[in-house]
Amino acid sequence: MSAVVRIPTVLRPAMAGATTVTVEGVTIGEVLRALTTSYPSVKGQLLNDDGTLHRFLNVYVNDDDVRYLGGVDAAVAGDDEITLLPAVAGGAR
Amino acid sequence: MLTLTTAHRDAMVATCIRALPNEGCGLLLGSSDGVVSEVVASVNVADSAKVYEIDSRVLLSTYRRADDEGTSVLGVFHSHTHSEALPSPTDIRQAPDPQWHYVLISLREAQAEVRSFRIADGAVVEEAVVGS
Repeated sequence: MSAVVRIPTVLRPAMAGATTVTVEGVTIGEVLRALTTSYPSVKGQLLNDDGTLHRFLNVYVNDDDVRYLGGVDAAVAGDDEITLLPAVAGGAR
Repeated sequence: MLTLTTAHRDAMVATCIRALPNEGCGLLLGSSDGVVSEVVASVNVADSAKVYEIDSRVLLSTYRRADDEGTSVLGVFHSHTHSEALPSPTDIRQAPDPQWHYVLISLREAQAEVRSFRIADGAVVEEAVVGS
């Protein structure tokens, strides 16, 4: 099943300038791995070495953060819109 | 240069004061030349006096509004409760977007201090904050 992924501005230079990318996958993990196959240089910004979601990447299926839907196991249907956004975090420490 | 009104400045400071003793945070909407049109408060989901993280739902809804309104997410503000209004090593390492404006608000003194920075590839440059 193909899914449309919205790419954030900061990842576009490493992804041929694409604003959206259509990839195959029925889970978020499959979708992200498909993206890293097409664009290997973004792998470290999407997934950890153990295949879990990168700490500073937010992934949404429609309006929902996939951290609350099972992370990389979250299901993706054909008409779902997937959005990637870098987490916004920092602090005095 | 970051351009904002006194009301925008007051809204950022008020968000950070409400968050005490934790760090407060939020996003800035506006035009790509650095003119703020709206301050969007977020909960600090890190729930910490030392670190902050914007609520992921606020992040998504703010990006969607920017798309709908033809504006941009210009940057982020957050407070340092007991230290200077300068980006910390954590702030620099985790800065998500080199195009953004990073506003730091120090609540160390009775009078809040508001400063703004650009952070790209680990390099920090302070910019002017001017009233509109």
